[in-house]
Amino acid sequence: MQPTIRELIKEKKQARSSNSRIEKTMPKVFFLMAAFSILVTIGIVYTLLIETFYFFTQVSFVDFITGTEWYPFFGNDPSFGIWPLVSGTFTIAAIAMMVAVPLGLSSAVYLSEYASERNRKIIKPILEVLAGVPTVVYGLFALTFVTPLLQSFIPTLPIFNALSPGIVVGIMIIPQVASLSQEAMNAVPQAMRDGAFALGATRLEVALKIVIPGSLSGIISSLVLALSRAIGETMIVATAAGSTPNMGFNPTESIQTMTAYIVQVSMGDATFGSTIYYSIYAVGMLLFVFTLLMNIIANYFSRRFREVY
Amino acid sequence: MKEKRIVINENKTNRRVAYNKIGRVLFFLSTAFGMIVLATLLIRIFTQGIGYLNWNFLTNYASRRPEDAGIKAAIAGTVWVMGITIPVSLILGVGTAIYLEEYAPRNRLTRFIELNISNLAGVPSVVFGLLGLTVFVRFFAMGRSILAGGLTMSLLILPIIVVAAKEAIRSIPQEQYEAAYAMGATKWQIIRTVVLPAATPGILTGAILSLSRAVGETASLLMIGAMAFIAYLPDSIYSSFTVLPIQIFNWAGRPQAAFQAVAAAGSIVLLVILILMNSLAIVIRNKYTKRY
Repeated sequence: MQPTIRELIKEKKQARSSNSRIEKTMPKVFFLMAAFSILVTIGIVYTLLIETFYFFTQVSFVDFITGTEWYPFFGNDPSFGIWPLVSGTFTIAAIAMMVAVPLGLSSAVYLSEYASERNRKIIKPILEVLAGVPTVVYGLFALTFVTPLLQSFIPTLPIFNALSPGIVVGIMIIPQVASLSQEAMNAVPQAMRDGAFALGATRLEVALKIVIPGSLSGIISSLVLALSRAIGETMIVATAAGSTPNMGFNPTESIQTMTAYIVQVSMGDATFGSTIYYSIYAVGMLLFVFTLLMNIIANYFSRRFREVY
Repeated sequence: MKEKRIVINENKTNRRVAYNKIGRVLFFLSTAFGMIVLATLLIRIFTQGIGYLNWNFLTNYASRRPEDAGIKAAIAGTVWVMGITIPVSLILGVGTAIYLEEYAPRNRLTRFIELNISNLAGVPSVVFGLLGLTVFVRFFAMGRSILAGGLTMSLLILPIIVVAAKEAIRSIPQEQYEAAYAMGATKWQIIRTVVLPAATPGILTGAILSLSRAVGETASLLMIGAMAFIAYLPDSIYSSFTVLPIQIFNWAGRPQAAFQAVAAAGSIVLLVILILMNSLAIVIRNKYTKRY
């Protein structure tokens, strides 16, 4: 039997209403997915806060923040002063930045100002590979190649030291510094370069006096992001820096970073609920605050640089 | 009237040109340094590990003796973890990107979500490990299982997938939308039939690249408690497990040089897997990305 017009209209209406139901639900579904990322952040902050709170019911906050001795495994008389871990972390970060800043920025200048289109197309992917090498492989490389190499120059260097992983962390972040800084340099308008060239400036002068000042906030943002990565880097340090929390900034000593301590504890069998177990959250909280601050600073700088032109 | 003359100081010009040449050489050498280190690293790892790389290495479990040690359980663990991570991170990541690019009103909540995602991308992986340990392993009582590891890994790479998917969606030209609207398509129909097909190559490329980061990721899974000594294959998502990078880390940390060579052999396998994944991403990008 042929459907009547009335039935056809009814069908059409039903189809449309189910369509509009989908139209109405899909945005909500996608919104929930997007909101999930907020939930993750809340989850991170909440777990860190709660467990850090438990830690501070057992260890005084003042001792933690001012203490210069980190001996959590001394059975009867453990000592939780965060400074040795912080100084270890910043020793690594400082060595890494000494490697990555000059090399990364020079690479950026070369890629953005000197390299031909063809060279740029070859070099950039190679640097990307350097950024894609897993950190655990870098750690193995630091321990079994860079350290022996350094020992041939500094015979007294112990197997576990801060220098070798520091250098390798620096190498790891070169591509990040190079590519982010190069993007910032690319954003400098060609007209500004042309103006300087027309006045007789050399490429070097254009790079140093026009391009770098013009992209400074973008460059700073890339350096701060790289620093944040160096601070959060774990496996290279855990493999090659040893596990001796030492105060001071001696690169030839074995040190321990905040990240390496967290890994050390979670690999051992710290009993759930013990002071040592909670201590990794306090250290993790500090690490989270450090890196978050760096990211906010980097964001601030990169927003400023977008507004310039 | 006195004639004005431009005085060119030849010495000074020569000096400036010379500086420029020195600068060019220095900048090039700095760029070359990174590439030389990469070459050194690859050659070093290869020569160190090649002696232990044979069929038995791929089919044996971990062992006390370096010559019997293998990565069977580690490879299986990596595959299982990826089996959780791929669907979870893809669905959440692409959904988030669709919301932000297609639906989100320009308001403070949207800006907050975007800022939040870019900050999440900067959180060190150990902190994600702490989150996974507390929430998945303890609170949801999943234990030190593949499920807990896969979910933690999903959260870790979520921000990267969101950014990649957003870029892929943003590169679709406005005309495509307008044409579809002119045909009477609704928002969801456009997303389903215009946006997703056009963005798929870009999304896949980004997804593969971030998954290759997950394959090499060690720290957060160490926190979850993936173990290095597993002499069986996982049989469910609640099994305990190990993954390739953790196995490498475990071997690298031993004092015997033989085990460090085994670690290098494992690194070769890991690097080959990553190179394959990256090549796949490049092939997809070159073959399927449409230029408008």
